[in-house]
Amino acid sequence: MSLDIKPSKISLVIGASSVGTLIEWYDFYIFGMLATIISKQFFPSDAGTSALLSTLAIFAAGFIVRPFGALVFGRLGDIIGRKYTFLLTLVLMGGSTFAIGLVPGFATIGWAAPILVLILRLVQGLALGGEYGGAATYVAEHAPANRRGFWTSWIQTTATLGLFLALGVIILIRSNQGVEAFSAEWGGWRYPFWMSIVLVGVSIVIRMKMSESPMFTKLKSEGKTSTNPLKESFGHKANFKIVLLALFGAVMGQGVIWYTGQFYAQSFIETVCKVEFVQSRNLMLWAILFATPFFVVFGYLSDRIGRKWIMMFGMLAGILTYRPIYQYFLDATNAKNRTEKIDLANTKASEKVASVDSKIYSKLYVVQKMDTAYTDGAVFSYTKTDTLFLTDIVDDASVGSIQYTQANGVDATKLDTIKVKLKPANGTVLDANKTAQVTIASVSLKPNILVEKTMDKTTYWNLIWLVFIQILYVTMVYGPIAAFLVELFPTKIRYTSMSLPYHIGNGVFGGLVPFLGTLIVEFTKTADNPAGDPLAGLWYPIGIASICLFIGVIYLTNRVDKEVMD
Amino acid sequence: MNIIKKILGLVWMFLAPAIIWFLASQAIHKIAVATSLTRANVTLQWVIILTIFTPICIGFFIFGYYAFKGEYDQLSVSSKDVE
Repeated sequence: MSLDIKPSKISLVIGASSVGTLIEWYDFYIFGMLATIISKQFFPSDAGTSALLSTLAIFAAGFIVRPFGALVFGRLGDIIGRKYTFLLTLVLMGGSTFAIGLVPGFATIGWAAPILVLILRLVQGLALGGEYGGAATYVAEHAPANRRGFWTSWIQTTATLGLFLALGVIILIRSNQGVEAFSAEWGGWRYPFWMSIVLVGVSIVIRMKMSESPMFTKLKSEGKTSTNPLKESFGHKANFKIVLLALFGAVMGQGVIWYTGQFYAQSFIETVCKVEFVQSRNLMLWAILFATPFFVVFGYLSDRIGRKWIMMFGMLAGILTYRPIYQYFLDATNAKNRTEKIDLANTKASEKVASVDSKIYSKLYVVQKMDTAYTDGAVFSYTKTDTLFLTDIVDDASVGSIQYTQANGVDATKLDTIKVKLKPANGTVLDANKTAQVTIASVSLKPNILVEKTMDKTTYWNLIWLVFIQILYVTMVYGPIAAFLVELFPTKIRYTSMSLPYHIGNGVFGGLVPFLGTLIVEFTKTADNPAGDPLAGLWYPIGIASICLFIGVIYLTNRVDKEVMD
Repeated sequence: MNIIKKILGLVWMFLAPAIIWFLASQAIHKIAVATSLTRANVTLQWVIILTIFTPICIGFFIFGYYAFKGEYDQLSVSSKDVE
């Protein structure tokens, strides 16, 4: 069957599919990016059961249910059609995201809050599991054989653009509101969730105007659609073996390369390298912006030279360069490598401020901020909090400042005496001239030190460049994948067959990269090396990508399927 | 190349249960050494990992079996081949 579609229709097909997918990704990402605030708002602060639920909700639920969404909506898409199915997934995704923004916090409705969020998160994951396969199939079934990679690559850009949009919206609201107002129970963190309903409304209007895929319409008119797509996809060896090959020879490697480049990189730069919040997000935005056009470039190229080798090269590049790249991240942000650049004139330490614990009046927190400036413009900020335990309850906390003796190692002769302002729980700094003598029973051995590093311009752009390179690998593996998957399966069971390996590869193998990466680093921690090996987490994506590369090289073919319309 | 595909099929068939065994032994060890405060969370993490990866490893074993039986010697070129 040959397709003769007008250029204006082509743009509409791509636009309608891509906008919806973009919004779904946006909805999915804002949850992940606001996870810290969400866990504080919707879960109690104590450990135990709350930790279980939050782990389940934040780490697992959204990713694990995606393959189930692929099965449920893939089946629907192969029975009732692509158009209505991915319309349904869009409504579910937008509705559940909007609803998350409406759920009152744990302080207001107790355990109902995390349970509601968990349910809505499950709906989000299910909907996303059904969306992508529909959009990719819909576009591919409109595309001529020699342009399929190019056309479907536009959908591939949406995952990245959704991240871009989510990051941009969050940064905008947060910088306008300030951290405190943004993080409050009904604060600005809810706005991105509410915004999704507007975006979804627009997308529904666009999608309603679309007609069904020509190939599906033809099959339906001939009465050849599948009556049981799940059985035909996974119950017949001839198709099931291709599902397995797609998963182990392409998608699982693509998934880990994608999540390492876009998510693990951000998490690593922020939590391990301690690059300042806004700077770390801005550098991700720049890298994403520069790299996104390459989805289309590699999609186009895959129509010319085949899909396989582009994807395989992306995996190989990741395997070979991840460790040197992340080693650079560590070295460039390590204060020990910058000692000769310290700018003493601009390095300063703030006055120590003490506050009494709001529940235990014999517990004091002494906070001091120190900014280390460097001659190249970088500033590393350290906020050190010492916890002091007093012999007496500070019942006279309201009288003003105190003096305490801080233990300096084990040598009692080196005790320092410092004076601090006392700030009671209500936040009022009291008269510093009034002094109360208190006795310190002990000082916490490990002070809590928060580090925020604002990098100099050269390092900042080097970080952008290295994240860009990683996202370039993402564009290699991800740009051609939709066309590759579409071409593996027949029209009548395509939605179901391609959705499952895609979401196992991305949702499970890819989605678990940050979680398993962190877990592996934990394994390397010992008494002698309490920090562990920060690069150990990379063994997970490197290992999975290596197996996938090996299988892909040996078992996959590089052909571009001309018979996709059968 | 087909011989290599078949031999590697055996490797995948061996690798799949080996991964499950490795994950299960890690789970037992990590849960055993966890403190009472963290045990519930560690257990949950490993239950999630095992629940997810066990069926995937079974799929990997089947993939290896198909490879060993020569199912991937010639990939399909038409949808009729996979129906």
